[in-house]
Amino acid sequence: MMRQTTQLAAALLGGVLVTGFAGTAHADGSGSATLDAIKARGMLVCGIDGNTPGFSLPDSQGVMKGLDADGCRALAAAIFADTSKVKYVPLTSTNRFTALQSAEVDVLIRETTWTMGREASLGGMFAGINFYDGTGFIVKKAAGVKSAKELDGATVCVQPGTSTELAVSDYFRLANLKFTPILIDNVAEIQNAFISGRCDALANDSSALGTFRATQANKDDYTLLPDIISKEPLGPMLRKGDDKWFDIVRWTYFAMLIGEEHGYTSATIDSQMSTTDPEGRRFLGLEGDLGKALGLDNKWAYNVIKLNGNAAEIWDRNLGVLGIPRGINGPWNKGGLMYAPPMR
Amino acid sequence: MSGQTATIIGTASAAREQPPASLVGPWAWARRNLFGSWWSSAVTILLGYLIVRWAWGFIDWAVINAVWSVPVASNPLDTAAPCRQMAGVGACWAVIGDKWRFILFGRYPYDQQWRPALCILLFIALYGVSANRAFWRKELLYIWVATLAVIAFLMWGGVLGMDYVAQDQWGGLPITLILATFGLAFAFPLAVVVALGRRSTQLPAVKFLCVGYVELIRGVPLISLLFMASVMFPLFMPEGLNPDKLLRAQIAIILFAAAYLAEVVRGGLQSLPKGQYEAADALGLSYWQKTLKIILPQALRMVIPPLVNNFISFFKDTSLVLIIGIFDLLTAGKVAMADPTWTGFSTEIYLVLAAIYFVFCYAMSHYSRSLERKFSRARNR
Repeated sequence: MMRQTTQLAAALLGGVLVTGFAGTAHADGSGSATLDAIKARGMLVCGIDGNTPGFSLPDSQGVMKGLDADGCRALAAAIFADTSKVKYVPLTSTNRFTALQSAEVDVLIRETTWTMGREASLGGMFAGINFYDGTGFIVKKAAGVKSAKELDGATVCVQPGTSTELAVSDYFRLANLKFTPILIDNVAEIQNAFISGRCDALANDSSALGTFRATQANKDDYTLLPDIISKEPLGPMLRKGDDKWFDIVRWTYFAMLIGEEHGYTSATIDSQMSTTDPEGRRFLGLEGDLGKALGLDNKWAYNVIKLNGNAAEIWDRNLGVLGIPRGINGPWNKGGLMYAPPMR
Repeated sequence: MSGQTATIIGTASAAREQPPASLVGPWAWARRNLFGSWWSSAVTILLGYLIVRWAWGFIDWAVINAVWSVPVASNPLDTAAPCRQMAGVGACWAVIGDKWRFILFGRYPYDQQWRPALCILLFIALYGVSANRAFWRKELLYIWVATLAVIAFLMWGGVLGMDYVAQDQWGGLPITLILATFGLAFAFPLAVVVALGRRSTQLPAVKFLCVGYVELIRGVPLISLLFMASVMFPLFMPEGLNPDKLLRAQIAIILFAAAYLAEVVRGGLQSLPKGQYEAADALGLSYWQKTLKIILPQALRMVIPPLVNNFISFFKDTSLVLIIGIFDLLTAGKVAMADPTWTGFSTEIYLVLAAIYFVFCYAMSHYSRSLERKFSRARNR
């Protein structure tokens, strides 16, 4: 009630005000200032993109959907056993790091590429990789191009200021090829420019290109070139200095992978409660105190899977529907790069 | 008019006859204005042809060949398939059917969207009441405060069984209206104060401050002010102690609008003859009496057109909050376009957005014209 009264007063004065201050709380002193603040607030504040299909984009009903949004939900499931306790803060590529540094968000899950510079000089650290991406090219099939090496002298559409732009110019310089960049900021505009033939090739993260191709009426007229010219490992980014919070974020991601390894899904996990597999029992919170050691409930991993699904489910509902093959983003025992340390 | 005068002068029997069709009526008007010379005729025919052709093409695309709704497909990417078959030939209004609530209300919880809808109506009613000169008295201020309080109630909720909705979930048209309404409602009084301060002769410090404020704010684009509010400001604040992004943007807009409006108001103040000031002084009025009763009513009346001009431009400028990730009307529309189900149908969404902006801006300019007419009666007498 107190909160509402304050808000009303603020509303009368200025109308637009206040999200309660996320000051320092000392609830039970989990050893993580961030976790304490989240618990005191009753809400995880998650920095996302909010504008990229497959990663974070509101659907027609305004519900945030995507791989990154589900990462936020998994964290809320681990902390609160309630996936709705997330506040999504849409951030642009320019204000995302400020938002993280100034503690406006607890975690930044916004297709952010894990680079050395961002850890060494930006005061951030990455808790893991939720998507292995890389810069690729898409061309019109009619052009008959089979590889990026054949793009000598081509005009290439890229978005200015992105890591794609850098990767493309590096690639052409290294390969000693000529190209003419066409720089267009807006995604829809750049796609139209490519479709209308203003450029011979469109360069972007291969995931975005896959989505683009999948949504064209005549998708067979376009070819994704097999060359991936840069490494773009995307993952959740945190502020440095809160190792306990880092552990929680990292192990929540691992829990989704381990859940997939064990074949636990949101639908079937309840039927696994009588398992004898020792790791499974620790995972489900039936044995040990690993959850407590993280500062969470012992059933945290169970909640992550039960309420939000395992890594495969999350992939299928967000990126699988866009026609993006899982490839290197699959688990290690199925030809992918996703590998979680054992839970013991 | 001249035709009528001619008939009155004529005889009684001639008065009943209509003037020849070559002098009055649409044909005569067209002959005089559109086909006056061969050159004028050529331009008329060419433009007429282009207009008809374009209009026909548009109707063809927007109405006749348009796809109004599509069945829901099992794979979301196939939902728009009927539209894609008509791409370039007919509009796909089905995208609006699917997205209109998102465009209007953003990420506001779906089952609670009657609340922002009601807020939009309240805003419009508030504008309507404020536009009516019969309501121009002190009570109007109370109406404003009460309406804005109700809007805050509705948007935030948390009382009377309404769920609490944090403002990070607000979006769409209410955000645009909030930013524009609060922006102008606060900027205008501030602008008047700054304009008066800038013309102050007895308080050089105040004058210096006002000049500095106006020049500083006018010297940077709105976009950089918004960036500062969104990117730089949080770095100066203690960790976690940070006003909401929407509030920061709102303050930036108020400061920006006030600097521009102040210059408009100052123009009005300067255009008043010095005699008005001297007459008020001669009557022994205090500074505030003189300003509120003599100077401002005349000065503001004179600057209605540039004021409204600025209002309209600020209404549209609120869409710049796009760059700091606030879901105003334009941002919500752009996010709706990003949905892979509907890629390629941005034209339809842009048209709807343009129509919404047009309705509000046109209403403003229409109203300002009627206001000018009323106020200039005294001068035209």
